[in-house]
Amino acid sequence: MYVFRDLGRYSLLLFKAFRSLPEFAMYRKNLLNELVKTGWESIPITVVTGVFTGAVMTLQTAYQLVSAFVPKSAVGAVVSQSLIIELAAVIPSLVLAGKVGARIATELGNMRVTEQIDALESMGLNSVTFLVLPRTIAGLLMFPLLYIIASATGILGGMASGYFTDLLPVADYLKGAREFFFPQDVAFGIVKSFVFGYLITSISAFKGYYASGGAEGVGKATTQATVLSCVCILFADFILAYLLL
Amino acid sequence: MSIIQINNLSKSFGDNLIWSDLTFDITEGETLAVIGQSGCGKSVLMKHLNALLHPDTGEVFIDGKNVFELKYMELRQLRQRFGVLFQGSALFDSINCFENVAFPLRFFTDYSEERIRNEVHEAFKLVQLSGIDDQPTASLSGGMRKRLALARAIILRPDFLLYDEPTSGLDPVFSNEINELINELADNLEITSIVITHDMHSVLRIADKIIFLDEQKLSWFGTKEELKTVNHPRLERFVRASEYQI
Repeated sequence: MYVFRDLGRYSLLLFKAFRSLPEFAMYRKNLLNELVKTGWESIPITVVTGVFTGAVMTLQTAYQLVSAFVPKSAVGAVVSQSLIIELAAVIPSLVLAGKVGARIATELGNMRVTEQIDALESMGLNSVTFLVLPRTIAGLLMFPLLYIIASATGILGGMASGYFTDLLPVADYLKGAREFFFPQDVAFGIVKSFVFGYLITSISAFKGYYASGGAEGVGKATTQATVLSCVCILFADFILAYLLL
Repeated sequence: MSIIQINNLSKSFGDNLIWSDLTFDITEGETLAVIGQSGCGKSVLMKHLNALLHPDTGEVFIDGKNVFELKYMELRQLRQRFGVLFQGSALFDSINCFENVAFPLRFFTDYSEERIRNEVHEAFKLVQLSGIDDQPTASLSGGMRKRLALARAIILRPDFLLYDEPTSGLDPVFSNEINELINELADNLEITSIVITHDMHSVLRIADKIIFLDEQKLSWFGTKEELKTVNHPRLERFVRASEYQI
């Protein structure tokens, strides 16, 4: 029962948020803040995640594939394509569910339990447009950019990993990566990251916005936001792979 | 002349009845105190006046319009006529003290930066604050937080001020200062005030009329003078528990 109730409240909250899009100009300063917090401040963790995902992928692929019958360039092809299609979208998103999602749920949850949301409403402001919409739009805009950063740094990390461990020359790695680069794979990754960004920010905003029960309630909302975001990312990843590949 | 009319208001959360059948009115410019034990629904009542909460049944009329039937944009305009001092002050902790008070001006007026600065400092003066412009709200004491929240509540020159436990958590000196401020604002700005409290000291200093919520209903409604001659055992017990003799 609670699942259906929450699903209804979540849909209604986002309907209210996007319905008020025309008055969003009033709150555009909030969007700029959120773009910085969601995008700019997430670049370091995205780079770290991308580099190590690519590095580990190269080591594992080289271990599994390299033989007399498989050219070394195949490693570059497998690593770069895996990153572009799947890993650069999913793994940073799971990490960012913990960073961005937890921040959003905690911020809004605290605002709820300290009556700051009531204060906004009592002033005559639309708290959903003010708080939920900029965070969701920032997720929609910034996650595709973070995906591109994760893809690029992942490919570079894979290349560096092959070079520094003497498993794979740079030229072979790049040859494979170039031969199996298809622009539609990037488009697929961007669609995925767009959806993941929406899920993380909207679910976390929903959980925070309706938090109750003081500090414990905020903690609970934050945990739920992070866990639910991760589960939804994995589920959406499967659906998108099925529909788009 | 009645400016706020409450008719047959009832509210429950699930199976928990908060109160039923509240009916009273508030005259323009007067200060109404709502008293009652903790958990009797005083804050819930306050949140019905500007439709932050909706009742199960009943109506709240402001200037002859039922607030629960207003369209969303009309309701938002109505809410701009209210200043609200929340129990925990509800200051925005992501911005400094100046910006907290300037916040409504930035959204609802097209004032220049200079005028906003003047208005904010004028409000600071009214609540006797100074030199805190750049301070984070977290660095303020309880009394200063209440005053800052009050400055924000009056910055748009509201017609109505709602105070939710304005003196709770304050020492007697600060409480007195807040009570004085409430009186000054009511007199100087001609604001209709509704004060939610269980502090009888406050009530006797600021209220024109008093409502006693008890046993899930409006148990008593009268003036401060009538309170002194009332024959109502539960109200007398409530007042006596506050160490006051009627």
